[in-house]
Amino acid sequence: MVMVIDELKKEAVKDMLKLGKRTDGRSFDQYREISIKTNVISAAEGSADVTIGKSRVMAGVKLEVVEPFSDRPTEGTLTVNADLLPTAHETFEEGPPSEESIELARVVDRGIRAAEAVDLKSLFIEEGKVWGVFVDIYTLDHDGNLLDAAALAATAALQSMKVPKYENEKIIREEMTPKKLLNIPTQCTFVKIGKDIILDPTYAEEIVADARITYCVGDGMLYAIQKAGPGAFSKDEIISLLDKSFEQRKYLLSLLEKI
Amino acid sequence: MGGNSEVPLIVNGKRLDGRGLEDLRPITIEAGVLNRANGSAYLTWGKNKVLAAVYGPREVFPKHETNLYGSIVRCRYMMAPFSTEEHGRAGPNRRSREISKVTKEAFESVVIKEVYPKTAIDIYVDILEGQGSTRVAGLTAAAVALANAGIPMKDIPIGVSVGKIDNKIAVDMMKEEDNFGQADMPLAINPTTGEVILLQMDGKMTRDEFIHALDLAFAKVPEIREKQIEALREFFKKSSASIEEGNGNGSSVIEEEQGLLGQQEAGVQEQ
Repeated sequence: MVMVIDELKKEAVKDMLKLGKRTDGRSFDQYREISIKTNVISAAEGSADVTIGKSRVMAGVKLEVVEPFSDRPTEGTLTVNADLLPTAHETFEEGPPSEESIELARVVDRGIRAAEAVDLKSLFIEEGKVWGVFVDIYTLDHDGNLLDAAALAATAALQSMKVPKYENEKIIREEMTPKKLLNIPTQCTFVKIGKDIILDPTYAEEIVADARITYCVGDGMLYAIQKAGPGAFSKDEIISLLDKSFEQRKYLLSLLEKI
Repeated sequence: MGGNSEVPLIVNGKRLDGRGLEDLRPITIEAGVLNRANGSAYLTWGKNKVLAAVYGPREVFPKHETNLYGSIVRCRYMMAPFSTEEHGRAGPNRRSREISKVTKEAFESVVIKEVYPKTAIDIYVDILEGQGSTRVAGLTAAAVALANAGIPMKDIPIGVSVGKIDNKIAVDMMKEEDNFGQADMPLAINPTTGEVILLQMDGKMTRDEFIHALDLAFAKVPEIREKQIEALREFFKKSSASIEEGNGNGSSVIEEEQGLLGQQEAGVQEQ
């Protein structure tokens, strides 16, 4: 589906980049305004509502008692799903998960899982029973960089998670214990337009981009990378963007630590 | 990613299959193995067995996906149900759909789309036996299949994986290293320009480890590239030899047809 207004915006993006600028006045290494609200859904065991500029993503965490994986019998499980709602953009259609939504869920999952952010070992209940942590990402409004908004929402929702009591085979949601993350991973997404690489793309910047790359990092540690799109990156670009992701970490952590 | 494996993955500097940290598993590639597909390649990489097939340029179905200004590139990566120790369910799953996406995008960067507008170039990667790093094996095979199909490309990319096992950076992750290692990083690189067209990573690496891993991946490019070129060279040798001898498949088919048409008047057919 081609949206005419977006096609026109693509030209504006390219014209501004030739002048070393972005259409909203940001620098190449600057995030749009980010807001993170948590505990927005009382039915969920953790929840967050994140906006990055005009993009908006919610995440909800639900805990259920499940069987553990056979190779990790004393650990809880973590499952991350994402729905790119038709609400969020004209190009999101109803139907089975698109490869975009699958990729988004798996990339966000990968970072959190590799960081071992969720204390899965502490989610053991008894033999054959563990807490299954289900994170569902709901994109509500798409103006680019749903990946980072989703990662922030999932991370914030998990950070504000509370575990119910389990007694006599019943889940007692009236008695909850907060369980914070063991560590907080942060994720940055960049796109490449011609030779320019910019952080936190708007939708127009995304659709004009040749390639996209996302990094999930911790303190001095790289947890996940995903390159996407029909373009390419040089080895030097890949390393320099990792460094930028480490630089941005302080700022993103400061937002997440407030909750 | 296991993180802490009870089984040591490196013993006396050797990995579970006897390799050193910087050794690739043996790779064989044969081009033009299928009759129907426009291009194909069969690749073995260690115990991995991969079949890549290319159809195209061909008409686009569904029609609404047609690009008026170039060809579209599509890719389906799939693991056969018998390809792994545990029986897999037939059909795509979330993992295979993501791999299909990143593989497609890698080839979108090399296929010269403008040459055949309004067409589709369809790439099928089937993992017949999977033993670690199948997506890069599949991509390496698909690159040969595309060349075999005569699809114009900027470069013939190679795929390679690097990772971290027992705190050491190593190349070409086998299944156990994939499962129990500390980090896994598949890449695809264009040998001519050194551009990275596929990159994923999962695990724990410091900045230095990451750079070391990247360097190691790049160092292996020529070795893998040579296998691709060998495969294409062999294919051309075979097909030009059969043309020269005049005993190509074409003439034997015509002889069969003449036999079948025996009762009718069979004129001499021009080749």
